[in-house]
Amino acid sequence: MTRVGVVTFPGTLDDRDAARAVRLAGAEPVALWHGEADLKNVDAVVLPGGFSYGDYLRAGAISRFAPVMGEIVEAAGKGLPVLGICNGFQVLTEAHLLPGSMIKNDHLHFVCREQVLSVENADTAWTRDYSAGQHITVPLKNQDGQYVADEATLDELEGEGRVVFRYVGWNPNGSRRDIAGISNAAGNVVGLMPHPEHAVEAGFGPDGANGPRTGTDGLGFFTSVLHSLVG
Amino acid sequence: MGRVVVDVMPKPEILDPQGKAVAGALPRLGFGQFASVRQGKRFELEVDGPVTEELLAAARAAGEQVLSNPVIEDVVAVYEDKA
Repeated sequence: MTRVGVVTFPGTLDDRDAARAVRLAGAEPVALWHGEADLKNVDAVVLPGGFSYGDYLRAGAISRFAPVMGEIVEAAGKGLPVLGICNGFQVLTEAHLLPGSMIKNDHLHFVCREQVLSVENADTAWTRDYSAGQHITVPLKNQDGQYVADEATLDELEGEGRVVFRYVGWNPNGSRRDIAGISNAAGNVVGLMPHPEHAVEAGFGPDGANGPRTGTDGLGFFTSVLHSLVG
Repeated sequence: MGRVVVDVMPKPEILDPQGKAVAGALPRLGFGQFASVRQGKRFELEVDGPVTEELLAAARAAGEQVLSNPVIEDVVAVYEDKA
């Protein structure tokens, strides 16, 4: 069975939900600990959301130096699929696996809502079960969610098709060019601020087409990586 | 005992939401003199011995590699705090 690692840092909040999403997609979740430089032979890694190391210094800044991150950076360079969600996205930017950074939401408020996203790139390891242009609804909850990068970097991301998700309807945090998620050049490393792992099982997700809390639009992230690894 | 101060500020081109909120609050408290506010971070690094040129260089390197994120912030000053 495909093994997907889920990293826990001190202050990680969503590791249990991420592991559950991996299981519902048909893979085996493997707990990875920030203090161990050991990926336990996993086939892919999820960096979940939360406030690792209390977000001290900057969001994701101290996690970057955790022993497990050295292994993840090296394996990502060799093609290991890595997904960073929310704080995990911030960790990936601090670790220089993805360009840019996140600063406080432009309106300064914590946001928690069901957010519509457009899947701009359906060719990455984590999005191939979607179709380009598809709209999905997943929860969004953050304080430091405003994606920023210089204009040259933004142009490069757009030109190379590395803007993977954009906010639809409302830009909830002032992110440049409505960017909700990006990938590295190879497409194996993806980071986004919204939370697909909270929209994977009817009864617990956002409102969907079949009624309240029936939305499971986030499950495609986790089935995508399975299909990337198998096929 | 010596002390090195490293000052980190958001880059000028980066919108500083915290500074903007503070700037909005000041006039309400009677401080209408200030046109804008930017909020940064001050780090105080203590050493056992005297502050040398090497220590200042090391503090600047730490400031640029760890204490700040060059995508969004600049190290604007590194100096010995003699107070």
